[in-house]
Amino acid sequence: MEELVYLQTQVMPALLRGVRVSILLIIPSASAGVLLGVLAGTVRVYAPAPFRWLAGAYTLTFRGFPLIIQLYIWYFGLPRLGIYLSPFVASVLGFSLCSGAYQSEYIRGALLSIRQGQIRAAQALGFTRLQTIASVILPQAFRRALPGCGNEIIYLIKYSSLAYMVTCIELTGEGKILASASFKYIEVFSVVGAVYLVLVTAASWALSRIEGYLSLPGFETHKG
Amino acid sequence: MTPVLEIAHITKRFDGKTVLDDVSLTIDKGEIKVIIGPSGAGKSTFLQSINFLVKPDSGTIHLNGLPVNPKDKKALYGYRQQVGMIFQDFNLFDHLTARANVEIGLVRVRGMKKAEARKRAEAELDRVGLSEHMKKYPAELSGGQKQRVSIARALAMDPQVMLLDEPTSALDPELIGEVHAVISGLGKAGMTMIIATHQIGFARALASEIVFMERGRILEQGSPQKLLSPDCTTRAREFCSQILDANGEDR
Repeated sequence: MEELVYLQTQVMPALLRGVRVSILLIIPSASAGVLLGVLAGTVRVYAPAPFRWLAGAYTLTFRGFPLIIQLYIWYFGLPRLGIYLSPFVASVLGFSLCSGAYQSEYIRGALLSIRQGQIRAAQALGFTRLQTIASVILPQAFRRALPGCGNEIIYLIKYSSLAYMVTCIELTGEGKILASASFKYIEVFSVVGAVYLVLVTAASWALSRIEGYLSLPGFETHKG
Repeated sequence: MTPVLEIAHITKRFDGKTVLDDVSLTIDKGEIKVIIGPSGAGKSTFLQSINFLVKPDSGTIHLNGLPVNPKDKKALYGYRQQVGMIFQDFNLFDHLTARANVEIGLVRVRGMKKAEARKRAEAELDRVGLSEHMKKYPAELSGGQKQRVSIARALAMDPQVMLLDEPTSALDPELIGEVHAVISGLGKAGMTMIIATHQIGFARALASEIVFMERGRILEQGSPQKLLSPDCTTRAREFCSQILDANGEDR
């Protein structure tokens, strides 16, 4: 009985609060990550050399630095330069830049898989370079990149738990506070873990819906 | 009369190897020039250098008497619209339906309204006998159908001249006829064309002039009669005999 009351009055409200913050972190970070990834990936394949190097350096840095270090820099480091970010904004910034670096690799791989003939056909019709990329290459490459991009979003859902290290109290943060107060680590973190599982399952479902929606003959997501 | 295309002294080297060696060709309105020659002769590179998909090292090209400057991007894009290109492996846009493949150039390049482009695309597909397959994706079409879509796509741009790079080489034998029929129909309608092919019978029936290429140069040039009749001793004739013997094709 006591347990139930504890769950109802303490755990549930805290976790609901936490889930809400987590979702608010994940959605903009995942979206910005995909956009940054498309941009950086495209630049790395098709832009002139200096831009290619710049985008390459971005990917190298943000995949190379541990994410927690990046978050520390955005949140604890930037004030030194007079820039104060809220824990939430610092987290979204950190997640977006990191996710974008990983996404750019999936996009780059997909761009490289598009046959040269597609580009030649567009050129022969009088397409500009930008038109060729935007209306012929990217729509095909994005479909090919989708499974990988989805995978990165699933990762993002879980590494969003690092936000509480820069005092943005999301799901894991709320769990940590509850557990520290009650010493019911197993109970609390089992529930927290299960909530992530639910989030990941929902995301997988949504992603496979998107894959299905974008699926075309020749671009099927499952080969029969 | 000004020739439609005047291609002069095209030279191209890849890694120190000369692929095109001072190749010149002039084509008048309504003419059909068929390029034959062994693999590696430079036929494909020559066709692709005509619309600058391959950048020639030297040489000039005039369209209707006006020089084409490939360094001027805008002029180049405009020029390419006037020169339709058909590829050996079709190169349809894989993510678009047959109809959208034809529409996209009209909308993106020629700035046509969507509805107008759709009407034009449907008319062009009808012309190549594919009205029933308009909504299919390339993966759902046969090779011959794909090549006909690609011809419709090129025609929709109202080209002054068409370049066809071995249009039936990638097709199963039973599908070659339908594509040849479409190309012959274009010829009858007065389309100016330069065609590279290994189909000798087709070449002979269609060509106003046969151009024989070998090792990056044009060796012989003349009417099918002059180059290919059984009693001539041209290099082209010898080459064709080899192909015909190998195919067991009827002479």
